[in-house]
Amino acid sequence: MPGRDQSIGKKQMTRVKVLILRSSGTNCDNETAFAFNEAGANPSLVHIGELIRGKESLSNYQIVVIPGGFTYGDDVSAGKVLANELRLRLYNDLEKFIAEGGLILGICNGFQVLVKAGVLPGPLNNPQSLITLASNDSGRFECRWVHLTVNPESRCVFTRGIEHLYLPSAHAEGKVIVNPGLLSSLDVVLKYTDEKGNKTPGYPYNPNGSTDNIAGICDVTGRIFALMPHPERYIRETQHPQWMRRITDGYGDGFQIFLNAVQWAQRL
Amino acid sequence: MIHRVEIWPKDESYDVRGLGLVKDIQDLGIENNTTVRVVDVYWIDAELKSGELNMLCQKLLADPLTQNYVCESNSIVQNKDNENCHIIEVAYNAGVSDPVEDTIMKAMMDLGLNNIHAVRTAKRYLIEGRLNEHQLEIISNRLLVNYNIQHVVNTGSAGFLQNPKYKFELKNVDILESSDIDKIKISQSFGFDANEFQSIISYFKREGHNPSDVELETIAQTWSEHCCHKTFSGKINFNGVLIDNLLKNTIIKATREINKPWCLSVFKDNAGVIELDDKWALCFKVETHNHPSAVEPYGGAATGIGGVVRDVLGTGLGARPILNTDVFCFAPPDYPYEKLPPGVLHPRRVFKGVRAGVADYANRLGIPTLNGAVLFDDYYVSNPLVFCGTVGLLPVEVSQIGIQKTGDLVVVVGGRTGRDGIHGVTFASKQLTDESTKVSSSSVQIGNPIMEKKVTEALLRARDMGLYSRITDCGGGGLSSAIGEMAASTGVNIDLDKIPLKYAGLSYSEVWISESQERMLLAVPPEKIDQLLEIFSAEDVEATVVGEFSSDKRLKLFYNNKKVCDLDMYFLHEGRPQVQRQAIWKQDRLPEPDFKEPDCLEDDLLNILGSWDICSKEWVIRQYDHEVQGASVLKPLVGIDNDGPGDAAIVRPLLDSDKGVIVSNGINHKYGEIDPYWMAASAIDEALRQIIAVGGNLTHVALLDNFCWGDVSKPDVLGALVRAAQACHDMSIAYQTPFISGKDSLYNEYESDGKIISIPHTLLISAIAVMKNVKQTVSMDSKNAGDLIYIIGATYNELGGSEYFRSRGFVGNSVPKVIPNKAKKLMDKLSEATGKGLVSACHDCSEGGIGVALAEMSFAGGLGANVKLELIPLGEAIDRNDLVLFSESNSRFIVEISPDKKTELEMIKNGTEMAMIGSFTKTKVLKVLGINGMEVIDMPIHKLKDAWQRPINW
Repeated sequence: MPGRDQSIGKKQMTRVKVLILRSSGTNCDNETAFAFNEAGANPSLVHIGELIRGKESLSNYQIVVIPGGFTYGDDVSAGKVLANELRLRLYNDLEKFIAEGGLILGICNGFQVLVKAGVLPGPLNNPQSLITLASNDSGRFECRWVHLTVNPESRCVFTRGIEHLYLPSAHAEGKVIVNPGLLSSLDVVLKYTDEKGNKTPGYPYNPNGSTDNIAGICDVTGRIFALMPHPERYIRETQHPQWMRRITDGYGDGFQIFLNAVQWAQRL
Repeated sequence: MIHRVEIWPKDESYDVRGLGLVKDIQDLGIENNTTVRVVDVYWIDAELKSGELNMLCQKLLADPLTQNYVCESNSIVQNKDNENCHIIEVAYNAGVSDPVEDTIMKAMMDLGLNNIHAVRTAKRYLIEGRLNEHQLEIISNRLLVNYNIQHVVNTGSAGFLQNPKYKFELKNVDILESSDIDKIKISQSFGFDANEFQSIISYFKREGHNPSDVELETIAQTWSEHCCHKTFSGKINFNGVLIDNLLKNTIIKATREINKPWCLSVFKDNAGVIELDDKWALCFKVETHNHPSAVEPYGGAATGIGGVVRDVLGTGLGARPILNTDVFCFAPPDYPYEKLPPGVLHPRRVFKGVRAGVADYANRLGIPTLNGAVLFDDYYVSNPLVFCGTVGLLPVEVSQIGIQKTGDLVVVVGGRTGRDGIHGVTFASKQLTDESTKVSSSSVQIGNPIMEKKVTEALLRARDMGLYSRITDCGGGGLSSAIGEMAASTGVNIDLDKIPLKYAGLSYSEVWISESQERMLLAVPPEKIDQLLEIFSAEDVEATVVGEFSSDKRLKLFYNNKKVCDLDMYFLHEGRPQVQRQAIWKQDRLPEPDFKEPDCLEDDLLNILGSWDICSKEWVIRQYDHEVQGASVLKPLVGIDNDGPGDAAIVRPLLDSDKGVIVSNGINHKYGEIDPYWMAASAIDEALRQIIAVGGNLTHVALLDNFCWGDVSKPDVLGALVRAAQACHDMSIAYQTPFISGKDSLYNEYESDGKIISIPHTLLISAIAVMKNVKQTVSMDSKNAGDLIYIIGATYNELGGSEYFRSRGFVGNSVPKVIPNKAKKLMDKLSEATGKGLVSACHDCSEGGIGVALAEMSFAGGLGANVKLELIPLGEAIDRNDLVLFSESNSRFIVEISPDKKTELEMIKNGTEMAMIGSFTKTKVLKVLGINGMEVIDMPIHKLKDAWQRPINW
């Protein structure tokens, strides 16, 4: 959105540089940039074409985000075409970025892309597909707020210090399907629960029928993290669906994820 | 070489489309135990080396974990496993662009496969179960195939159908020398009336030659009802009084009189523009896409969204779309199949298709759909109404229509031109018949939202760099309308051969009038063209120079180095003779309801809560993304379980500012049967009520009108339109809320076997308001047990056209009226109270009156309520409980306040009708005591909520 790209966030000497990847059909780039800006980083919206043509490089950034959207219309299957493009056209850059300790965040469509590109659960050079995202059990796109619990054992650096999250989800293909052999080794960061924290909440608390209520996962380093719900849509209190029913002040649940990422990257 | 690939789910539980179809088959009343598997079919015309087809399937088309595939070259793959398995394969017709083709070709190139000619997709349905031919035909016709855009593929036929070849030949139409009979035929085929055709003949006599076909087409498009609103701008004799231009004498007149300084651009651009603050402006437009949605609900509705979003992109020098609002009118979902008129799709299918089309397009564009309504009436059966609205945000300094200079280049950006939507405009301005679905297939288009999204991003980047001097959208009438209108002040030369085509075979006039989607038109100064083309190329959007603005005020088109059109701009835009019409209006007396007052009103309340119009639309709302862009402050679903019916939507368009934007709609066709004047007044009051209810005020509110009417060549139908327009004028002035833009869709009639079905007169009023601080937002859900319930505004015996009378089979005569000065004062008082933070919850009373509003507030907040009807302030004596509880009088609100705010609220009262009628309770039971002190309702709120949620829970 115009007006949001100017620096409105906290002033800092060296702001962490965040690349927010755009391609045909990306549509959550501006609010993701807003969230990183609020968290004190310096986000840039970069079109994948600029990376492929060498006008921009992943190596200039500490954090890479694949934001929500319907890249290439979700044609064939959600995220698949961008996933192939990343893997086939930017494999070496991506491998180097990960090896050098960069952070990668995938939100919604970004989760689908990272999984289908083999970045998650990783490692990148593993040829086997062990996990995928398929159509919601309801067969529908659904937009609803979900309760999440954070796995305290997870290596994920984005969710440190967070126990619960309440975030909006909005997708048609969010059902995580895992090759049964992988389930025990997978670093599951987020699970859907009900408002009381019940671990087998059922629909609609688990909005898509995801295996084992999985809502977000990370790789073995904890630096590559993806989730179906949208933390960037709950930065401000007035984004909460019931903010008029509560005494409200301060940031929304999603903010800490961005803050954690920026604080981690500052140490790089 | 042509290859065929089939992909299907490994496990039945992954086949959600198949499982959905099983449910749909049961909904059709076919009770057999069927299972359905859906197979995706890809036809790929490409030169592939050995192993490459398999690689393509593994790496792109099939998911290794969840899907199986088979691929063959030049043959059909058979995966029919038993004889009870029926196979229906459905593919797009030739000329219908396959939405997936471009993506697959791009993805194949990523895989290093470069010799690709074409890709087509199809769906193969494997239906298992004991079904007879008749049942299969029903399933196929009602669920699987829309013959307007699709066909059933016979085994053995390839997926590629040839487009016809085209050889250039200039066609002239003899109108100067031809016989009178031929003249009539020509005139009718282009949709001209006798006066119009006479002016055309005179013009070409002066020019000294016969017109080319494309010249006549251009005039037909420019003069169509859709493009120039000739009824609204015509001369109307209304009950003996002459109205010269209805629009200028009612709606525009009110806006001029009110003269608000924050109105930046009204009634001239693609959308109306108002100020948000010193730097930013808002534009708002609501369009209808009725006829296409009747024929192909999914594609029609999707392109409706696409069209209104392009209106916003083409306002000023371009705005970013920030919010959508959609209103639909259908026949009831339980409409009997046997009563369906021939050629008409069942309303349930229309509803589901329209919803899916709107959601798929708007969700992909990343625009939140935050507000809307769905209404039902038998008379919408053959003409469903689909209103799509979009709000845009743009800098104030680019909020005016641009001005091009002679020498500026004409640049077409976005999608390519195909045979889509040829004659869409003249189709939209005509009556539908049972033949429409057969002859009008080329009027229906398939949208490509990702293209529109890319165009949006490229355009706004180019706008911020100042790379073009003017912009407009290609909508109805395609390039002919867009270029014709844009170049009216200068003239233009266009090379039709330069316009990029989807496929060969289009004639020069088809290129000119095609309504292919996702195209915009720019005027670009020559020194900026390289930079502009670079921006578009970086965003992967095609941009092509197709001509140049001239100075001779002529519209000149060239094809194959020949001039095919040379029209005087003045004649094209000003030469149309004004339409003259007769209009009459007199009020008919309808049967007055006559039934006894029930002792208990519980069943009536349950019935009304469960009526199609009032029941929960959560099923629809959840399938729209209402959170994208992160700006929503008041969402469509509110309350303790996020499922109560919010009144208006609020967004915070600049994430770093507290300013809010409120959007609401008012519509109630049922009042129009009694008196269109009060229908219009009620719609305006309703739209404004919602703004007030959520914490807004009337100081910065603008309105849009959308008239959907029947055949206005009939004097009584036109009379009703005049009356509604007059109410718009009167109410706009009374509330000091100017109209900034509007739209009309006329001739919404359907004819079959001499029988005519006309839609009810339907006026949608949409309102947009600027809110100083979003923290003042009030939601409708009850908040705290012990809080007091106030009614603000007087209740009259006004149940004409009400949901209560409708549930009893009556319309009645006592239509709700508006007492404008009183209503405005009351709204101002309530705004004062919400501004001071006195109000914990507020809900406006509309369909179903106090009874429905109170029930909704209670269950949305999870609280019970105790109220006494005798305390409700009345505007006239009413001695029946049912009439008090379900009256639909305008300008009324139910307000919740904390007891400690009581004195402060009553201080504001000052002559306003306002009274405390009870309080919210912990008990989760709604108790209503009647006038005589007897209990008329005593019901747990979960029962009320269940009745409200059950009907549309598909």
